[in-house]
Amino acid sequence: MIANIPYIAVAGLIIIGLYAVLFRKNLIKIVIGITIIESGVNLFLITLGYREGSIAPIYTSSPGGIMSLPVPQALTLTSIVIGVAVLALMLSLIVQIYRHSQTLDVRDLGGDDQ
Amino acid sequence: MIGMSKIVKTIANISFPLVIIYGLYVIAHGHLTPGGGFQGGAVVASGCVLILVAHGSSWIFTKIKESHLSILESLGALGFISLALGGIFTGTMFFTNFLKGTNFLFGTIPTSGAANINTGGTIPLMNFAVGLKVIAGLFVIVLVMAYATSQKQEEEA
Amino acid sequence: MTRRDYTAVIFLTLVAMFLIFGALLMRPFGTPEEDAMDQYIIDNTQQETGANNGVTAVVFDYRGFDTLGEATVLFTAVAGVIMIFRRLKK
Repeated sequence: MIANIPYIAVAGLIIIGLYAVLFRKNLIKIVIGITIIESGVNLFLITLGYREGSIAPIYTSSPGGIMSLPVPQALTLTSIVIGVAVLALMLSLIVQIYRHSQTLDVRDLGGDDQ
Repeated sequence: MIGMSKIVKTIANISFPLVIIYGLYVIAHGHLTPGGGFQGGAVVASGCVLILVAHGSSWIFTKIKESHLSILESLGALGFISLALGGIFTGTMFFTNFLKGTNFLFGTIPTSGAANINTGGTIPLMNFAVGLKVIAGLFVIVLVMAYATSQKQEEEA
Repeated sequence: MTRRDYTAVIFLTLVAMFLIFGALLMRPFGTPEEDAMDQYIIDNTQQETGANNGVTAVVFDYRGFDTLGEATVLFTAVAGVIMIFRRLKK
């Protein structure tokens, strides 16, 4: 059970982010929750590619030994950049919503939904 | 947006070239040390945002318009695509490393199996193209947001 | 507490149980199972690509197509941000 701590940390991050998306009524707090979910998914991708007692997969003056897998690290790089791009688009939409309706509360926007 | 005080402007002017040189070093040595196009591009973009915050967006917007920066970003994307299409024109497949082994630009043959800065093939050129794209993209996002929110404040006042 | 809040609590409890149950049943940390492709990449990077960095060789040479898709997403996001804040000049 002690050997599975990174996977429990990933589950904790996703649960905290999901709580922020479901139960908060300010638009900026919802966006912060989405970012925390993305951080949890990136951590999960990196911990899948670790070998016991290995070093980074770089050959310049390396001390020798087994190396960890490079392909999950490349996929995490792509995921981080896409997360930044989606965050920029969400924040500019929030600026435009505030100009139009003068409020950031989710209950006052939208139609007549209760 | 109004700029900050005289001390902040002086220190930002001194540290801006140091941040640019460090970011370009991370981009150029992407095939030898940890780093590459995306990481170095983020470092240089944060140096440019330092200058934007210190001097104020209204002064910066008289010097640089967003149309110039979008030309830079399109140049980076077109360079990346043309390096990928070069594999079709000279070799067999899309995205082959067609400069490796030939003694042309970055493709000297490595001696004794290890690589140095000149043996990357098309990888350093792709690093430059992607780095230019990321620098222009991240800086234009912050510049457009800063200028748009300060316009609204001037309209209300 | 409205009906929407009750549904949200039940949904969050279900997802939390599913995630923690899955985290406890994974393989022990540090033993990847199928790594024949990555072992081939680690052994043959210096001869085939001429780069010393394994991650950069994977991002730009072995899997360059994914980098093309990521550059397209970045370009689309920047185009969207510029379009939202465009003013109609008089």
